[in-house]
Amino acid sequence: MAKSRQQIRDEMTGLLLRGGLIGVIAFAAAVAFMVIPIQIGKIWPTTSIQTGYRGTGMDVIRFDTQIAATVAANTPPVLGAPIPPEAGAPLEGDAYPFAEAAGVGNLTVANFDRLNAAIAVWVAPEAAFGASDGYLQAISVRHLEMTRAINDEWDAHVGPTGVNCYTCHRGESVPLDTWFSPEPLNNWAGPNAMFQNQATAMNYSTALPVDAMQTYLLETEQLVGVNGYDSRNTTGEPGASIYHTYQTFSLMQHFANSLGVNCTYCHNTRSIADPAGFTPQWASAQIGRAMTQDINNTWIVPDLELLPPERLGPLGDPAKVNCATCHLGAPQTFNGESAVVDFPELVSAEPVYE
Amino acid sequence: MAEYYNIFTQVQVAGHPEMGVAGGGAELGRIGQPGFSKLMGWIGNAQVGPIYLGSYGLISIVSGILWFNIVGLNMLASVDFQVGQFVRQLFWLALEPPGPEHGLSIPPLNDGGWFIIAGFFLLVSVMTWWVRSYKRAQALGMGYHVCWAFAAAIWLFLVLGLIRPILMGSWSEAVPYGIFPHLDWTTAFSIRYGNLFYNPFHALSITFLYGSTLLFAMHGATILAVSRFGGDREIEQIVDRGTATERAALFWRWTMGFNATMEGIHRWIWWFAILTPITGGIGILLTGTVVDNWYLWAVEHNFAPSYEPAMGAGGYVTPETGN
Repeated sequence: MAKSRQQIRDEMTGLLLRGGLIGVIAFAAAVAFMVIPIQIGKIWPTTSIQTGYRGTGMDVIRFDTQIAATVAANTPPVLGAPIPPEAGAPLEGDAYPFAEAAGVGNLTVANFDRLNAAIAVWVAPEAAFGASDGYLQAISVRHLEMTRAINDEWDAHVGPTGVNCYTCHRGESVPLDTWFSPEPLNNWAGPNAMFQNQATAMNYSTALPVDAMQTYLLETEQLVGVNGYDSRNTTGEPGASIYHTYQTFSLMQHFANSLGVNCTYCHNTRSIADPAGFTPQWASAQIGRAMTQDINNTWIVPDLELLPPERLGPLGDPAKVNCATCHLGAPQTFNGESAVVDFPELVSAEPVYE
Repeated sequence: MAEYYNIFTQVQVAGHPEMGVAGGGAELGRIGQPGFSKLMGWIGNAQVGPIYLGSYGLISIVSGILWFNIVGLNMLASVDFQVGQFVRQLFWLALEPPGPEHGLSIPPLNDGGWFIIAGFFLLVSVMTWWVRSYKRAQALGMGYHVCWAFAAAIWLFLVLGLIRPILMGSWSEAVPYGIFPHLDWTTAFSIRYGNLFYNPFHALSITFLYGSTLLFAMHGATILAVSRFGGDREIEQIVDRGTATERAALFWRWTMGFNATMEGIHRWIWWFAILTPITGGIGILLTGTVVDNWYLWAVEHNFAPSYEPAMGAGGYVTPETGN
């Protein structure tokens, strides 16, 4: 039997009312789900840091849980205080001639033992001086020298916190976050695309190139900046290519993810290359990048022949450092606590005990 | 008599298939048996087919399929022909233009050559489809508003993939074929040229884009609201204004003091829509060719405000915590 017009109208009205009611409830639920816990209930509270002049939108917003996790991950172990040497205290170099070559011969036996015990905790028991044979000893000698060099020469980036073995190693023989020179992701394409367009850990699951660390943290020729410094191109030369820009963008992903911050930690993003929009942290990052290049080129790559094959990457290169090696998601390593206050041996070959 | 019941559905008419007007060649070259689909009737006309293919349509579809397959096979090759990886990485994969070292020359196949070939087929496909839209309008004795609107979109497409790369002297300036890669290109393009938000033609394009959606919503809502008075018969209402048009016009005149006409609203929407890609294309064309840094350009033209220097983390007191 055909339905009357009134019946059809009533059915349709009912359907519309039900549909509308479901829509209203779904919308209200979505609003409640997003707004109430975050803004009113503070179930996932956040902390914001203002980084630029008001009205420019420059701030860093982090979940408190994220901050707590990075603080916990960056708390160093508490180890013994230095022992000021008394006159005539026995020196390590007197007992073990190799200690002289290792650069620790002038330490008192007590301080040497304390430093050695710390290295066993910071890195691995086998890394302590005299604890094992083979390449680890040679690496330990080199890296003690490196640590002193970083604390001395790169004070502009690492000071006043300083670095010790734990800054990178975190109780592991190989630091948690290191990188190897990448193999092409794409064996089909030529140089225009071989390092990009696949999600990997190295590009933080973007389609950006994975050769940014190779280009900017090991090699030193290419500028990070891609913007022109005139509104018009007055030189007639082509500026930075789009691929160059992808690489820079990829490096910025690495910076941001390594430190747990966003673009506006360093830039006023309305103009990423405008110095008036740079924060002091931008300058620190510049020095940090130069330091990373120095560490990789002076202390890591030249030690290639010391390393056994199982420590090398797919292209036969050693594991290199990047920002995340030390920062591990935190803007300041060890949450800003000093890494060297108890270990003057790591600052200078002639430690000053106070 | 049927009438419109709610905002979702419309009345479905089923009977003998409508074969359209004859004369002027409109009746020639149509293929396929027409049928009726209730599903299609929910979103449009329940009658499906016949379709006009024609030689331009055939060329367009064949070259479009060639473009699609060249891109897809290059993507498949880039994951060593592993189908699982192809599905998993599909949104990340791309066919990239050649590197800047090749300029406007023809590069090796795997270093952008396939990109050039694919781009050629896409160009042929889009242009022949445009010719097809022109010729069908001609055959039906229509105006050419649809194909000129399509041409506006093609203008932006040509600027991005053909005109600007030639002016820049390098195919490497073209946009890659890929989901995330073309978005990365868009971001990198803005980063490289000093923030496209300071490009006034970009601003105009956004104005017309958002304006289009506003006008479209206003017009669609108005017509649906007066369809109970026959307002959906817009063409008749243009020629012979009835109560639907009167009410629609009154509604807007009462609410905002001004109203478009039943015909003029379509001119508003058409111009807003086509000006979106036209102004956008001008903005892209000027970028890198004339202006290298839009932010500095905006500073020179006094519409980028200056702020106090950024003091960075620790430079500002947070009222809540006092530190």
